[in-house]
Amino acid sequence: MRKYRIFDVGQNSSYFNDESGTSLDNRAIIKKVAGKCYLPANAVLLQNIKNNPEFKASFSISGLALEQFEKHAPEVIDSFKVLVDTGNVELLSETYYHSLASIYSEEEFINQVLLHRKKVQDLFGVIPSVFRNTELIYSNQIAKMAEKMGYRGILAEGADHILGWRSPTFVYKPIGTEKIKLLLKHYRLSDDIAFRFSQRSWEGWPLTAPKFADWVSSHNGNANTINLFMDYETFGEHQWEDTGIFEFLKYLPAEILKNPDNNFITPSEAIDRYEAKGELDVPHHVSWADTERDLSAWISNDLQREALDTLYALGKEIIHVDDPILIEDWRKLQTSDHFYYMCTKWWNDGDVHKYFSPYESPYEAFIAYMNVMQDMRLRLSDAKKRQEHEVFLHKVKPLRFSEV
Amino acid sequence: MFGWEFPPFNSGGLGVACEGLSKALSSSGIPLTFVLPFKIPISVPWCKFVFADESSDLMNDIQIRSLFSGYLSHSDSFPSQKYGLPAFVSGEIIERVRSYALKAGGIAKKNRHSVIHVHDWLTYPAGIAAKEVSGRPLVAHIHATEFDRSGGDNVNSDIYNIELEGFRQADAIVAVSERTKKKVVSKYGIPAEKVKVVYNGIEFKNNSAIIERNLDCLKQNGNKIVLFVGRITLQKGPDYFVSMAEKVLSHEPNTFFVVSGSGDTEGQMIRMVANKGLSSKFIFCGFLRDQELDRVYKAADIFVMPSVSEPFGLVPLEAMISGVPVLVSKESGVSEILSSALKSHFWDTDDMADKVISVLRHSKLQNNLSAHGNQEVKAIHWKKAADSLISLYNSLDNAFSMFLLPGSSATASAQVPYL
Repeated sequence: MRKYRIFDVGQNSSYFNDESGTSLDNRAIIKKVAGKCYLPANAVLLQNIKNNPEFKASFSISGLALEQFEKHAPEVIDSFKVLVDTGNVELLSETYYHSLASIYSEEEFINQVLLHRKKVQDLFGVIPSVFRNTELIYSNQIAKMAEKMGYRGILAEGADHILGWRSPTFVYKPIGTEKIKLLLKHYRLSDDIAFRFSQRSWEGWPLTAPKFADWVSSHNGNANTINLFMDYETFGEHQWEDTGIFEFLKYLPAEILKNPDNNFITPSEAIDRYEAKGELDVPHHVSWADTERDLSAWISNDLQREALDTLYALGKEIIHVDDPILIEDWRKLQTSDHFYYMCTKWWNDGDVHKYFSPYESPYEAFIAYMNVMQDMRLRLSDAKKRQEHEVFLHKVKPLRFSEV
Repeated sequence: MFGWEFPPFNSGGLGVACEGLSKALSSSGIPLTFVLPFKIPISVPWCKFVFADESSDLMNDIQIRSLFSGYLSHSDSFPSQKYGLPAFVSGEIIERVRSYALKAGGIAKKNRHSVIHVHDWLTYPAGIAAKEVSGRPLVAHIHATEFDRSGGDNVNSDIYNIELEGFRQADAIVAVSERTKKKVVSKYGIPAEKVKVVYNGIEFKNNSAIIERNLDCLKQNGNKIVLFVGRITLQKGPDYFVSMAEKVLSHEPNTFFVVSGSGDTEGQMIRMVANKGLSSKFIFCGFLRDQELDRVYKAADIFVMPSVSEPFGLVPLEAMISGVPVLVSKESGVSEILSSALKSHFWDTDDMADKVISVLRHSKLQNNLSAHGNQEVKAIHWKKAADSLISLYNSLDNAFSMFLLPGSSATASAQVPYL
């Protein structure tokens, strides 16, 4: 979202078009990450599949990301198509707008998952059967919603506090569900790549493919599946090319497959192959964000709550108004990142939120967002007036008809 | 330590900084002798005072104030000339600065010391003279350069040359912000390695004042208060404050703008307000201090410092102590260290107005800034500045480090004060 000021309210409603070339410029960002991460990483994966036909991977790509790639870097879509066509790559479902709808509105959640399903089908010709929620946000309730929508599996963070003594290397069943299965992220091994790969102070540094393959193999005999879930921008964006991350990715499959007990499977294959080891009860939300692994990255201060409450309160009326552009804008404003940028948890320490935020401070993010909310409110009342007027016209017609 | 003024006998931030620094240094175990040019009736428990001009009888308040009047703003007392120092005044001040320097050698001889620390150009010649006598390392602290004081257009070359000589003779230079450091490097050609940034601090005291009555009435009637505190001079951006106010009022008409301070462009500011038809929305309350100012802080919904150029800028920290959300210009030194604050370029009055309106409209934003700001300012204390200075002293003088490790109390027997 661009720096939308109070003076823009009622004057223009283009919230997302920033052509400044800065970190607020979506086109510039997409082009940058396409070149640094998506294209080279996809090329490595494709080569991996050619070299090792047993290699598998899966992606969960939000509808918004797909939309932006189509618009600004269509070659990224093409490279994903090639990957999907190999048959070794599975696509997962998520909410189209990478939103927090799973927490705020079941109706909206269902709508967005369906929108995403359609988008994936249109672009790639496949229908996902496994669900992963925004930022790996998960709870019993979300598992139930996913099951109701027909998903066979769902992904979650394998956080210590939900697992207790249990291991994330088995398939589980969410409590209160019938058939859906739960796959848990092996956060230690995943984060070794995603966070620690280039960290020189880490004892595991430098992380090589043989070393990592050894760590994976050490679980053999006591594990069914090791779920490595990570942000795809780990490759080339969070860990830059000069850290050797692409080399690592290139050599990893062969190293893992050197051990005959190892193989690669996609989430749906894991679900087919393994029975649930037990039931897992997750009454409170977990996610993969921050050290807390809860919702606090998006919902921990009054600014975030105020913005979210305003957004979903508006939504109650917006979805009943016949204005597709207004609804689409409202949905774009649901993307979890908007609220992530308002996080003040570690603001003073200059942490990762600061690094990823295009705004100078959480306050700037909030101010621009609330100005947009004000404009949305004006548009909503305009749309309602229009609609009332139309209803009025409809009422007039039958009267005349009966007179005839 | 050579200073020029000391509270309560001060005309501005220099005295406040000297007080804060000397107190914190002393409580970190540094024995300190503070030199002032004129004899004034002052004593504090944490350091010994030496007056260069011992001969004069204790002066009364008015005499003392007139001595300092030249320092802070050249233009305050000479409204006819906006920038720079009229020759006869600068001559007078420079003469005082020179005679201060003449006494400095004798003072250095009489008072044992390890390091000489001087504050702004007024004291640089004294510091250089002291160094010639004792050969101890000289630290030149820069609170404001001539470019900051003059607005950059009409730099007094005598003062510039005194500053330059001070920077050259100094063994180390301390700047109150990165932007000040940059000025010392770019305008004076000093190597960056020689300049260390040490931010000012502030003493945290809860503001328990009662809200100002008239402002409270306004607030009871649903009005909001936007506050400006500072000298009314171009450097502080009062004209940008007025432009911003006009934009705020077009969206939030129930807002009052309270201006505390006086200065050479006060008349100009009042005329600008009148010309824009905003007189009924502005309250000029003149120069306030202490309790009076605290009561105004209590009423403020947001404090705005639109300074065009500000080497540091202590006032927003006062506002934060009182729990007032602050908006500071990015052209201020203090903006470099604040997180829980709003920031704009001084010229971007749209952005300022946008932020002010948002704070006035969203109580959640206001409360967040208020609480986090109040928390943050607690960590901006003089002790941090003092520790940073002590490590600088240590790096300049090995002998010094024996006694002057922060917090060491084993120094009592071998105290060597420093000037």
